Amino acid sequence: MSYAYYPGCSAKGTGRSYEESLRAVFGALGTGLDELEDWNCCGASGYPAVDAAKAAALSARNLALAEDAQPGTGPVDVIAPCAGCYRALLKTERALADGGAMAARVGGALGAAGLRYQGRARPRHPLDVLVNDIGLDRVAEAAVRPLGGLRVACYYGCLLVRPYAMFDDRRAPTSMERLLAAVGAEPIEWPLRTRCCGGSCYCGGPLIGALPEATLRLSHRLLKDAKRRGAQAIATVCPLCQFNLEAFQHQMNRTFDEHIDLSVGFFTQLLGTALGLDERALGANRMLHWRLPDPAAAQGGAHVRA
Amino acid sequence: MSKSSPELAPGRALGAADRVLPQFCIQCGTCSVVCPLIEYMDHSPRVLNAMMTAGGEDDVLRSRAIWVCTSCYACTVECPKQLPLTESIYALKRQSMRTGVYPRRFITPVLARQFVRTVDKRGRSSEAWLSLSLYLRTRPLQLVRYAPVALRLIRRGRLPLRPESVRKPAQLRKVLDALDVTTGEHA
Repeated sequence: MSYAYYPGCSAKGTGRSYEESLRAVFGALGTGLDELEDWNCCGASGYPAVDAAKAAALSARNLALAEDAQPGTGPVDVIAPCAGCYRALLKTERALADGGAMAARVGGALGAAGLRYQGRARPRHPLDVLVNDIGLDRVAEAAVRPLGGLRVACYYGCLLVRPYAMFDDRRAPTSMERLLAAVGAEPIEWPLRTRCCGGSCYCGGPLIGALPEATLRLSHRLLKDAKRRGAQAIATVCPLCQFNLEAFQHQMNRTFDEHIDLSVGFFTQLLGTALGLDERALGANRMLHWRLPDPAAAQGGAHVRA
Repeated sequence: MSKSSPELAPGRALGAADRVLPQFCIQCGTCSVVCPLIEYMDHSPRVLNAMMTAGGEDDVLRSRAIWVCTSCYACTVECPKQLPLTESIYALKRQSMRTGVYPRRFITPVLARQFVRTVDKRGRSSEAWLSLSLYLRTRPLQLVRYAPVALRLIRRGRLPLRPESVRKPAQLRKVLDALDVTTGEHA
């Protein structure tokens, strides 16, 4: 079994360990990922602020490329790990399916470049695929190194379940908790898990974002609350969220006179750890701080570099 | 008064811009309650709705609020009238770009335009160059503050300095250019 794969720009930059761990996990579960040939930017949240039709056309070209790569009449599932890309592709898929004026314009533009979208390509998120296609039983079976009760805060951020709740509840999603619990983690109760980290503001966090102080404050609130609830690590599904929550803890501690030092990784990194995959294959070496308690050690035992 | 598009008829509440749901905002304030960015806005989402209903479109376009929106869709999901608020704010951003009416000395419109230019040229976004060019243009002194983080990312291979590009920029160009020809209301 193999899926079409749309990486998105962040997977080649700040979110490289997302791509690495995703490929490692899918490989370990016997599922292939075929990267789209010559994919382009999805339009993210920046392009629709300038031109809605072109933003849709950007995503539409990717969907058309996915169909080209898998000729036939059946549906083509396109895995998009970045929650921002996932939402942009979904939004375009819906706009094109409704057959309105926008669909006609975008269809015409694709045609001008010899491309066609037939409505077969469907954006899917890897969390959805892992929980609903591959299944928790198979994932649990493959967990040779269970997470030993690691208290994880599962962070969904905005765009995985909003506005389109394709596979989970838009207010109280549970997929990630169920997935990580199946491999030995103990997800914490965390009502803030779909609250914005401040970084969907055009690709990027305080480093690139428009309002560094706002992003810093929003991300800090999430980390502080997760810490208060006993989280030992945070699992994310989006490279922008991951980046915001991981990279600026130092600035937050200085700004808000706090001591936060939480490992913030991709859910695929935690899952891959439980599957016994090599930490380098999971991109652990790319993290700014990544310390998980050793599940082999006694409860509350020593921290090791994981 | 700026030139209105049918997308944004004056005298309509934000949600009505979509014309899918011909309802009006009931001013319940749910959008403002759930908005995570409200403390950084000059007008709350509820007030923006009131301003739109009252025909104060130019004032709305000049407010920072629409550019502070990160499009997290919390308001859209919670609105009891199911008004497509986030999409309406996108429409306002586009109106703002088209008419050149936007808040002065505010960075987000610059960022959006820079982002679009990068994508138009290369087909992909480059986090390193986008942030660098933005900081150079708008607040070079801040570069110093975030340089240590950038260096750590570069060392870990997370901030490639060589910008990514699509292999067939001409094909992408054709798609985007085809949408330039019809300079309709959405262009």
